[in-house]
Amino acid sequence: MIPTTLKHTIAVLVNDQPGVLQRVSGLFGRRGFNIESITVGQSEEAGLSRMVIVTTGDENTLEQVEKQLYKIIDVIKVIDLSSRPMVARELALIKVKAEPAERPEIMGVIETFRAAVVDIGPSSLMVQVVGDTEKIDAMIELLKPYGIRELSRTGATAMIRGNV
Amino acid sequence: MSAQIPNVQSTDELREKWMKPEVITGSEMLLRSLLLEGVECVFGYPGGAVLYIYDAMHGFDDFKHLLTRHEQGAIHAADGYARASGKVGVCIATSGPGATNLVTGIATAYMDSVPLVVITGNVATTLIGTDAFQEADITGITMPITKHSYLVRDVEDLPRIIHEAFHIANTGRKGPVLIDIPKDVSAAKSLFKPHTEPVMMRGYNPRVLPNKLQLDKLHQAIAEAKRPLILAGGGVVYSGGHEELLKFVETTGIPITTTLLGLGGFPSGHDLWIGMPGMHGTYAANNAIQQSDLLISIGARFDDRVTGKLDGFAPHARIAHIDIDPAEIGKNVKTDIPIVGDVKTVLEMLNIEAGHSSYADEWRTTIAGWKKEKPFRYDDSEEVLKPQWVVEMLNDTTRGEAIVTTDVGQHQMWAAQYYRFNKPRSWVTSGGLGTMGFGFPSAIGAQMANPERLVISINGDGGMQMCAQELAICAINNIPVKVVVMNNQVLGMVRQWQELIYDNRYSHIDLSGSPDFVKLAEAYGVKGLRATNKQEAAAAWQEAMDTPGPVLVEFVVNKHENVYPMVPQGATIDQMLMGDKE
Repeated sequence: MIPTTLKHTIAVLVNDQPGVLQRVSGLFGRRGFNIESITVGQSEEAGLSRMVIVTTGDENTLEQVEKQLYKIIDVIKVIDLSSRPMVARELALIKVKAEPAERPEIMGVIETFRAAVVDIGPSSLMVQVVGDTEKIDAMIELLKPYGIRELSRTGATAMIRGNV
Repeated sequence: MSAQIPNVQSTDELREKWMKPEVITGSEMLLRSLLLEGVECVFGYPGGAVLYIYDAMHGFDDFKHLLTRHEQGAIHAADGYARASGKVGVCIATSGPGATNLVTGIATAYMDSVPLVVITGNVATTLIGTDAFQEADITGITMPITKHSYLVRDVEDLPRIIHEAFHIANTGRKGPVLIDIPKDVSAAKSLFKPHTEPVMMRGYNPRVLPNKLQLDKLHQAIAEAKRPLILAGGGVVYSGGHEELLKFVETTGIPITTTLLGLGGFPSGHDLWIGMPGMHGTYAANNAIQQSDLLISIGARFDDRVTGKLDGFAPHARIAHIDIDPAEIGKNVKTDIPIVGDVKTVLEMLNIEAGHSSYADEWRTTIAGWKKEKPFRYDDSEEVLKPQWVVEMLNDTTRGEAIVTTDVGQHQMWAAQYYRFNKPRSWVTSGGLGTMGFGFPSAIGAQMANPERLVISINGDGGMQMCAQELAICAINNIPVKVVVMNNQVLGMVRQWQELIYDNRYSHIDLSGSPDFVKLAEAYGVKGLRATNKQEAAAAWQEAMDTPGPVLVEFVVNKHENVYPMVPQGATIDQMLMGDKE
């Protein structure tokens, strides 16, 4: 039987204290929970940060993840974003090999994806692309034939749609 | 003769003195804040990074400081103090090796939900991160084994942090909290503003009151159950809900089994008590769990030593789980009726509408039959001293009135099996982590918390040698712990496993070369006695009881004795090896 491992996106509102990221990521590590990506940054409230964590596991695992997270004193709130309609975005910077002759073709790809060129070198372009995971995967696939010199992508950050 | 605990001079006058707003050092703030938390006794070991704190303690006698001989002794003593009193245990160690020596004790307390405030020194804030002398990232090291931790960066935060730490340690699911104080913070001066107001932390709101709907569901389940059973754990003792539990059991008439840490939470010897479950549990308790149709777990966490093979655990039962920690519910065993709340409060509420479990008459008879049919038993002997007999003797002479602390291993299981507990907080043992070296120093803490009670520490010859150096503090402070060493010259529980599971391949278990325990005790200035047969044992124990102050009694017991019943790992709990009798 194939275990049902689903991807879950959770937002964790935490006190903006030193060591909080370690507490949260350490919890995942030692409890055997998977972290696919984790992003951290300021939240709408001073003194609080928001982490967005993409994890995989069945419903029981997700329940344990949430409950264990709440045991951390610096965790204020845990929200299972993927249980509701949400918007998730990640960003990638891709440095692609681009001799002047190839550039028009590459620009075509970039425009189709509504990505942007953010730097131009003598023989390379730096491309910035924002979107969901699939879009960025697709963009990378299309740029691969030209030669990717460097790639850096963030994890997902996400929010529930609407007024919630 | 009681332990020399100072009369804590917590008078209004002194309180006023402590509360007076004045400019003092972080170290003085620490001491005053501890006093405001009602601390009477701390266990510790000085070193470079806590010298300002120890300097502030010079001539300070508002609380007792016990200088242990190893930081591990200090934290286990603080742990024993907390378990035997219900108050927060406090210990102090220096940075680096001092702090890392506490790790085993912190993990022990964390696994068993024991409230501790652990204070460590650290190198000055300017040196943190430079691999300075005796620097260790102790908050990082202990993150997985503390309920919460603090690295104090500003002296002005100290009073608040200490107040929060005590609150966190001793509320909700209790546990150890670490406060790491850099040396310059303990030296820095600032205006002391005592922190005594209620703690408000957004991320910390333990749920005390249960959901009423779930309580109704449980009442309904009890009314319908034909084979209900209560599984009570350490949460009963920690919440102080033992009287409510007794009332609940007597009202409903539901039989009860208590886990290792739950011992004392319900009177052993009560008609409805069926002993301890699990790996070395009773025949009655294990069978009852397996055949129950409603299992009500109260402050117990379905540890694997209790459940055995999880897939085959309580296969016919609906599970109700009462716990203050929501994360325990559904963690190991699927729960049908989850009740999050403080055990005492939940039981109080349940008792309002509790009714007799009237369909369970046949079940009660069945269980009584099991209890009678196969109680704990052993082959007594006149030639060799049997450890079970020794525990029975201790039980007979104290009639369950003593506080018993144990180390880990066979003697621990025999103590759990053959000692009878009447009162909560009379049983101090390392359950979750199974920490050797815990038994003896924890007794020192238990005695400090209960100067007038008899404290017996039962140890094996292995564990005794892991913290024996603390005999010194018993001697100098006249802490009258009666130290029992069950000497079988071997790592008994390991030998038992090697015999039963590893095909008699006895690998590295021989403890030849152990010291003469009587001489060891005497070397520290503690009276030492030895017994090799029943007559000597009775006489030695009588002498120990008649002697004021600490005494070590070595019982040279049968080397080949095993703990039965035993559920082999990977088996369901009704698949018990019963020993020679089968």
